[in-house]
Formats: sequence, C-alpha cells, structure tokens
Amino acid sequence: MKQISIDPITRLEGHGKIEIFCTDDGDVENVYFQVPELRGFEKFCEGRPIEEVSQIVTKICGVCPGCHHMAAGKAADMVFGVEPTTAAKKIRELFYSAHFVHSHIAHFYALAAPDFVVGPTAPKADRNILGVIAKVGKEIGTEVIKQRRKAQEIQALLGGHQTHVVLNIPGGVRKGLKEEDRRDIVEKAKGFVEFSKFSMKIFNDVVLGNKEYLDIILNGPYSLKIHSMGLVDEKNRVNFYDGKVRVVDTEGKELYKYSPVEYRDFVAERVEPWSYLKFPYLKKIGWKGFIDGQDSGVYHATPLSRLNAADGMATPVAQEEYERMFATLGGKPVHATLAMHWARLVELIYAAERCLELAEDPEITSPDLRTKIEKTPTEGVGIVEAQRGTLTHHYWTDERGIITKANLIVGTTNNHAAICMSLKKAAQGLIKKGVTVDDGILNMVEMAFRAYDPCFSCATHHLPGDMPLVVNFRNTSGDLIRTISR
Amino acid sequence: MGKDKAKLKMAIYWGAACGGCCVSVLDIHETLFTVIEHADLVFWPIALDTKYSDVEEMPDQSIDITLFNGAVRNSENEHMARVLRQKSRLLIAYGSCAHMGGIPGLANFSNKEAIFRRVYEESESTVNPDKIRPLEEVMVAEGTLHLPHFYNDVMTLDQVVDVDYYLPGCPPQSERLVEVFLAVVNGTELPPKGSVVGASSLVQCDECKRKKSEKKDIKRFYRPWEVVDDGETCLNEQGILCLGPATRGGCGVRCVVGNAPCRGCYGPLDDISDFGGKMMSVIASMLEGKEEAEIEEAIETVVDPAGTFYRYSLPGSKLRRKQL
Ligand code: SF4
Ligand code: SF4
Repeated sequence: MKQISIDPITRLEGHGKIEIFCTDDGDVENVYFQVPELRGFEKFCEGRPIEEVSQIVTKICGVCPGCHHMAAGKAADMVFGVEPTTAAKKIRELFYSAHFVHSHIAHFYALAAPDFVVGPTAPKADRNILGVIAKVGKEIGTEVIKQRRKAQEIQALLGGHQTHVVLNIPGGVRKGLKEEDRRDIVEKAKGFVEFSKFSMKIFNDVVLGNKEYLDIILNGPYSLKIHSMGLVDEKNRVNFYDGKVRVVDTEGKELYKYSPVEYRDFVAERVEPWSYLKFPYLKKIGWKGFIDGQDSGVYHATPLSRLNAADGMATPVAQEEYERMFATLGGKPVHATLAMHWARLVELIYAAERCLELAEDPEITSPDLRTKIEKTPTEGVGIVEAQRGTLTHHYWTDERGIITKANLIVGTTNNHAAICMSLKKAAQGLIKKGVTVDDGILNMVEMAFRAYDPCFSCATHHLPGDMPLVVNFRNTSGDLIRTISR
Repeated sequence: MGKDKAKLKMAIYWGAACGGCCVSVLDIHETLFTVIEHADLVFWPIALDTKYSDVEEMPDQSIDITLFNGAVRNSENEHMARVLRQKSRLLIAYGSCAHMGGIPGLANFSNKEAIFRRVYEESESTVNPDKIRPLEEVMVAEGTLHLPHFYNDVMTLDQVVDVDYYLPGCPPQSERLVEVFLAVVNGTELPPKGSVVGASSLVQCDECKRKKSEKKDIKRFYRPWEVVDDGETCLNEQGILCLGPATRGGCGVRCVVGNAPCRGCYGPLDDISDFGGKMMSVIASMLEGKEEAEIEEAIETVVDPAGTFYRYSLPGSKLRRKQL
C-alpha cells in the first residue's frame, strides 16, 4: 500500500490534510480528509454572559465572522424570548447581504476562477488570482478589489468593526442607519448588482462556453449523489438570514422542513478518531458510512444544495439565473460538485439584489432598533446560512443569562463527510495505474474540495491564490519514494 | 519605484487563529499592489504553494519579515513557530492571539480533558456511545494516520520563541500594517526590540469621541441590554463596562464607534502590567467617595469579571490560566 500525504492543504479554521492510500498498482484504495485542529469554543463560551457571545464567536472564523455573529445574535434573542424590531431585522439582513457579496466575490475570483479562467492544468505559477488578472486584464482585477472593498465598507459602517462586527444586541441592533449612509449603500448595491451580472457573464463566456470545461463539470469525477440542505423562506425560496431548514433527498423530494429549535431531531454528529472535526449526518436515516445514494445519511450544505433544496430565488435576476442553471444541467436536483461555482454566482446576484432592495426600504432608517427585554433568559437556537453551509448555534443560560452550555454545528462541518467522499471520487477517477501523478492531476483532485468553498479555503480571499501542496509517496514501511510539490 | 532595490522577503503564517488576521492583510485593498511591488511573499499557506519542507530548507534569517498570527494551541503550531523564528530576521507577533493568546486563549479557563469531553461526548447533537476521541496516531484499514498533539494550555507566541515586535489587534487595523510595512521598506529606524508597533501610546479613551465628564458617579454596572445607550456619553459613565481606560489605542475605537464597549483586543498600555488590576482601580475611581459596602455592591454588578478583563489576554497575563 502506498500512502500519499497532502499536507498541508490549508485550513478549516486553520489547517487541513489529505491522506491517499494506493494499492501497489497505483489505484486509489481510500482517501482520508483530516482536520488537525480544534479550539473548543463550545467549552470556553461557558461562563460568559450571553450578550457577549455574538462578539466572541466571530473569532471562530475571520472569513465569515458575520455568520457566527448572526447565528449567535439570533440565539441570544431567543434566550431572552424577544423578537427584534422589524427595522433591526432589516438592518441585520442588509449587513448580511453585504457579507455574502464580499465572500462570494472573493471565492469566485481568487479561488474558483484560476481553475477555469487560467485552466485546471495550467502551470502552477499562473494558476492564481494574478494569473486570472493577466488573462482578463488589470481593469477587471481592480474592479474585483473595489467591489469587495465596498462590501467591507458597508459591514464596517453597520458593524463598527469591519471584520469582527458588534452589530447585534439581544432584541435588535446597536446602531441605526442614517439617511445619507443609506443613500450611499444604495449606490454601492447598484454597483454590486451590475458586477454580479458581469461575473455571471464571465462564467458563461469562459466556463460554459468552453466545451472541455463543461465536460469536466458534467462528466468529470466530480459527482456525488447526496441529500441537500438549505434555509428557505415561507415560499420555499432561498434565504440566508431566516426561515426553516429544508432537506431534499437525492431525487429532489422534500424529506424534512424544520425550525431551528428542532435541529437535534434531524441532525446528529459522529466522531472519528482520525479527525478533530466531527461528521454531521441526517439523524432519521442514520450514519451508513461514507457512501452516497438515496439510502445514505450524508448531506451537503452549500450554494448548490441551497438551490436544490429551495423552489426558487426571491429576487428577479437571481430567479432567471436559477431557472437557466437547472434547465442547462438537466433539472433538479443537480449532483455535479463543480456546479457549486455556478450556484454561488446565482447567490451572489441574489445577495446583491437583496442588498439593494433593503437599502431602498424606507423602514431601514427607522430609529426603532431594539425590543425591550423583559423575560428571564433560558435557552436559544439561532440558524443562518453561512456562505459555507447551514450554521447552528445553541446556548443554554442560567437565570442571569450566563452561558452554562453551548453547542455549535458550523458551516463547513456539515460538509466534512461529503468533502471526504468527493476527494475520494476525484482521486479514484484521476489517479490510476499507469497515470503519472503530476501537479495538474493534484490540482484536479483539489478542485473537488475547492468547490465547497470550505473554511480551510480562506485562500479564497487572498492574493495570489494557489494551495500549498506536497505529496509524499511512501512504500508500506513508510520510506519516502518520491515527493511531488508545487 | 523599488525596481532597483532588492525586494523584501515576507512570510505570513497562522497558528490557532480565525483567519481574520489574513483577511486584514487583504483589507489593505488597492494597496496590495504596492506591497507586491516591494515584497515577495515567500510563504503564505493560505495563498501560496510553499510547503513546510520548503521553509525548512530556506537559509536561516533569509526571510526579512514574518507575520505570525494565531496562538500556539498544538504541536504543529509550536513546530512552525520554531522553524519561522530560525528563518526570519524579524518575527512579528501579528494580532491578539499571537500577542496575548486572544479569544482561543479563553480555553485556559478550561483544559484539554474538559474540552474533549464537551465536544466529543457531551455535545447535545453528538452520538458517540463508544466515546471515541481523536487520537494522535490511529490505525485504519489501509495504514496509519496522525494528528498533532493538542496541548492542555494555549500559549502566546513569545512563550514559545523570541519575538521582535508585537502588532496588536483582533485583527490589526489594515492601515497600521501598511504603516509598519512601509517603515521597514523605507529603512526607518525601528523601535527597540520587544516594542508594540502599529498602535498608539495612549489609551482608547484618548481617541474616543464620546463625552466624558469629571464627575464619576456611577452606582452600579449594567448589562448592555438592560439600558439604552445614548450613543454620546462615555459608556463607563453610563454604567456599561468598557475596557477603554486600560486598552492601548490604535484601532480607531472601532467597537465604541459601533456602540459596543471595548474589550481590550489591542492589549494593555505599556505601563499597565495587568488588565484586571488596572480595571479594578478604574472602577474604584468611578466609585470615589462611596462607602465600602456600596463599592462592594457596585463591583458585584460586574458579571464575568475574569472573562471580561482577560477577554483577549488570559494566556499572556499574570494568571496565564485558571487553576483547575
Ligand atoms: S471608557 Fe470606553 S466609552 Fe468611555 S471614553 Fe474610554 S473608550 Fe470611550
Ligand atoms: S475598541 Fe477595543 S476591542 Fe474593539 S477593536 Fe478597538 S481595542 Fe479591540
């Protein structure tokens, strides 16, 4: 048995590692995706006052801090049994739309685009955001940075701190929106809408217009038939901030639709001794192992799963693009892992349109920011869609509102089993007897997890973008035979 | 510009971190082009293809500046801290976690056993009848797998290796990073080793625009949700505990601008040896002229004092951890 270690790929809140075991013939026997880190927020949130927690948990992830801020903020509302005012909810969602705009832009251009715009097996030195800029022109590169900056500026305006925001307080928000700032956000949001449509056009021209790429998306070793999870509004349309969690099966049939408080009836987590990260699965089906198909308990929570789990989008252009995607890919649900990139752009358009819609809502400048707290604190669950999956925060407090217990199921965690399986499929399809494992092949293995935009791909958000990768071929006794690095 | 001068070699690495420090590098936005003009990034695992083994092969002191963010939580973090110390001319503890332990350092209120038990056994959504826990070495059907050693304590960077400078913040404000970077590029004389750079030498309150009065007459502290902040008056004067008086400035009082109290991520000012001690004396001064019993009563209204005063600095404080 040969062991191939990919260490480090980068992070899930830190670090990630892939171990591929091959038979002596060179076929892939099994793949393990390991998360070598744990920080234990569940434990050290104990003893902290509930109103502090939405600021503490942003530090779970500096790339999607706004998601943890929202999930914890909503849980804290419930702990006090209080509904935020409508204006507060709108301000939160406005902030949240900008958060999606910034994250999805960064993922598409810095992480996904190098594989398609530059090419999956292009020289590694070009396969990064600088290579993308070289191909599409510096003007577009500057535009990408500018649009992302504007999204960050909206977050700083509403949240005080641009990264680790302080917007939420139990019952509402700490800060309202002034009329002049609102007008400024309207202008920015109009820019987002145009830019998101433009990004979709690039995807159409460069990716879908290229037969070879389309073939990789549809027929490459990147398909995984598992169930789909996503938050939906009362009309079953995609919503990032609020609603019920809907799960559809591999055929697209609704399996469950649950309220945040019910999450433990539907999702359970498994522990494996070889990873610090747990493996969530659908509890009613049970853990059947790392297998796909209708009988499997494995699901995913990604842009694609959200579109699969919903009946449509709540804004017009996003809805058109939603319909076009499913029409092109042969109807719902779609199981092509790489279609996650397409779905992410549909979501980018939705986030941009929603941002504009909310900024134009006259109620958004209302000074009615907080609902008074009157009840004794107890327990609360908050669920939002993070860019990287359904995010669940659950807190219990004593009668003073001091946290006694915390339970978290974080975005990427939902996809841990799915990522393991996608990597195995890709590796099995690409690494075979007689195939020389080179940098291009390794990149194509990596494309399987990159589509998930997992949190360890914070690489998404940085210049210049290529994942570090070293593959050690060892023989059964562990001696190093060959190292490939890029 | 910079074409003739040798480019700086720069590395960015994380230990136990959230990624926010790396985002703060990206948040220099268009200035990124200037940075790339003056510096070659030789190691940045989230963005570049340099491997651990490549870094190990680099000559000692060959990296000009390393920004190390994140605390030291496990054996992998510690190993890389040692390697990078050896390879770097300037090792900068970048951000609160490397500087003082940061939010991950709150784990020192607990320990490894309690964290593992909570996460892998007691968690309400976890089904684990066999009480399986992650292991440093595990045999699977096909071979052996390894995980880093999870330490009992979270450590700051300077508890593991020698540190040249500290650039504080959770995360540091991007403009401060650019200032420090340009100072190095331009060969500006740097402050003595061990200094805090990219921050102010005054406390937050000096930058804070909220109205302050001399008359400090609070009776008790309130939880932020118990009262309505007027958005204008000093938070402490309204009875909302703010760590501004003990905290080094430099962030632009970000949280207070967002109407939330400061929690001290920039760390204590130089002459303040202990956040807790300083805040207790600040509180005492706000209660001047009160009877002992009244003071006691008012202090009782501060909830979770240890977790608040040492929110970002427990591992780096005199306490280091809670004795269990
Ligand atoms: S105590 Fe806080 S609110 Fe008051 S002046 Fe200082 S930083 Fe500002
Ligand atoms: S106000 Fe305090 S806690 Fe907030 S960023 Fe500044 S130093 Fe950090």
